Amino acid sequence: MAVSAMMKLTLGPIAYHWPAGMRRDFYARIADEAPIDEVYLGEVICSKRAPFHDSDLPATIERLERAGKRVIVSTLAEVMLRRERKATEAIAAMETPEIEVNNAAGLWSRGQRPHRIGPFMNAYNEATIAWMAGQGATHVCLPPELPGPAIAVAAQSARTLDLGVEVQVFGRASLAVSARCYHARAHGRTRDNCLFVCEDDPDGMPLSTRDGAALLRVNGIQTQSESYVALSSELPELGAMGVTHARLMPQDVDMVKVAEIFDALRCEQATPQQAEAKLAATCKGAGFSNGFFHGVAGYRRIAHRAAGEH
Amino acid sequence: MTESDFSQAGELVCPAGTPAALRTAVDAGADSVYCGFRNATNARNFPGLNFSPDELASSVSYAHRRGAKVLLALNTYPPAGQTELWRQAAAQGVAAGVDAFIVADMGVAQHIAETHPQARLHLSVQAAASSPEAIRYYCDHFGVKRVVLPRILTIPEIRQIRTEIPCEIETFIFGNHGLMVEGRCSLTNWLTGQSTNMDGVCSPAAQVSYERDADGSMRSCLGGFTIDSFASDETAGYPTICKGRYVAPHRAEGYYAFEEPVSLNLARLLPELMDAGVHAFKIEGRQRSKSYVRQVVSSFRRAVDAIRAGEDPALADLVALTEGQKQTQGAFETKKWR
Repeated sequence: MAVSAMMKLTLGPIAYHWPAGMRRDFYARIADEAPIDEVYLGEVICSKRAPFHDSDLPATIERLERAGKRVIVSTLAEVMLRRERKATEAIAAMETPEIEVNNAAGLWSRGQRPHRIGPFMNAYNEATIAWMAGQGATHVCLPPELPGPAIAVAAQSARTLDLGVEVQVFGRASLAVSARCYHARAHGRTRDNCLFVCEDDPDGMPLSTRDGAALLRVNGIQTQSESYVALSSELPELGAMGVTHARLMPQDVDMVKVAEIFDALRCEQATPQQAEAKLAATCKGAGFSNGFFHGVAGYRRIAHRAAGEH
Repeated sequence: MTESDFSQAGELVCPAGTPAALRTAVDAGADSVYCGFRNATNARNFPGLNFSPDELASSVSYAHRRGAKVLLALNTYPPAGQTELWRQAAAQGVAAGVDAFIVADMGVAQHIAETHPQARLHLSVQAAASSPEAIRYYCDHFGVKRVVLPRILTIPEIRQIRTEIPCEIETFIFGNHGLMVEGRCSLTNWLTGQSTNMDGVCSPAAQVSYERDADGSMRSCLGGFTIDSFASDETAGYPTICKGRYVAPHRAEGYYAFEEPVSLNLARLLPELMDAGVHAFKIEGRQRSKSYVRQVVSSFRRAVDAIRAGEDPALADLVALTEGQKQTQGAFETKKWR
């Protein structure tokens, strides 16, 4: 059996301001149909959005757990305002389900109680991972920009400490967060009077260069990549490095299909070439990138080399 | 240096990209100077800048003889497998006699706290600690004595934080005004393959080009992507990704999607910041010339001394430093900035 067959497939938290109904339908399908092992819930990007879907959280957790998924609640990446501090504290106080911390404020509130380390926590190296493990971390999601050789070293040390190790293998890369809302700014508003204009862009608002190259996506205070990260060919290598969890970030595409494609890959029921063709058909119009993994500009796509090729 | 040397409010923390700039800053009245080694261990790893271990040692002597302190920036995030470079830099900093280390990575902070327990730690803006809880985390675990606050807080918010944390506060008051949460930005790596967090690089000059088009207009590019374009009679700006102009579906004309190319200047807010309990004022610009450092540092020196003496500072001089350029008080003045 391939090492990658042991890997768990996870679904990251929804980064966008999807309406409550869309979220409910989305998670119902994930629960019923997707070969996903673990699901991260909760608002990670903008504290103003949370009231729209917080009340659905218990039912969603219950629905997913009933379908056999492990559920983890993630905290905000940016914590500054009183409501953000309160929201982080509230999640840090939860006994169940598991939580994923994305800001040091959450680490402070959580103390030594078990928690996962989210991708915004900057766990770049073995020293930091060892420190976090000593403080109660059970699992670490590595930053998306970490190149392959560093992932290998980080995963090795995390495994020695008996931590789960997660890498994003699908979806737009988070490239920056800010205190300013760029969605509001694009519409001549400020964050305080944004009127939730980010809801209009369920897969982010495209930003192109002035000569027409699609470059970035705006999602409220977050800036994302235009292309989707796709570490499909790299999945076996990630498994061999000791990465235990592969994260799919929810995009406005058929995520059940995406999960099926990665499931087939990890079980070696599909070749990377087949997976890539299926991903392209499922995510029409999207570009794919794997530059970060290969230590080059993130937007680039390095072609898969079959074994024996040079 | 003792703890009490760090105790006077209104400490001016000034940039030094080179030993010569360090001497200039000290002579112009800097209380502290911050600098870094010539490698990836600091967030201004630019060609032609920074210090060798020997240069750092002699610079520390120069500063100490004149009553100034030297703060060493070790504020990048070592990628797994390369932590030794940061550990070596910490040991070299201790050997050179620096007065504090400015750190962001928890592994680096933990290493210094454990291996060099006498060393004083400042939390870099790159750690993005923007709440009392986050700041306390670093104080409790690593003994951090000062936090450099992200440039996203209003003065009332800073005043509030001051009452809830056990350490000093340093804020940026002048210079380049970054818009993204520091330490959480991979934009440069996305376009160039060099990382701000891991390599200390932001919009690297080696990947900048200026392309003139047939109509005389100029494009400033990074990694081959057009970050902004300028008519033939405009001055082409440096292609910093978060200061570029882009096109969105309903902004077909191109607009500053993140921020205009403005400079931070909090001269007018100095008295209020001191009153809010800000301990140290940081001037950005390790990449700047000696004459720039001399002018900015000496102007702020006079202003801070005037405020300390209970006099009205000649703020017009400071405001004039950025005259002709666009300037902002950013988030410090109003949360409408967000």
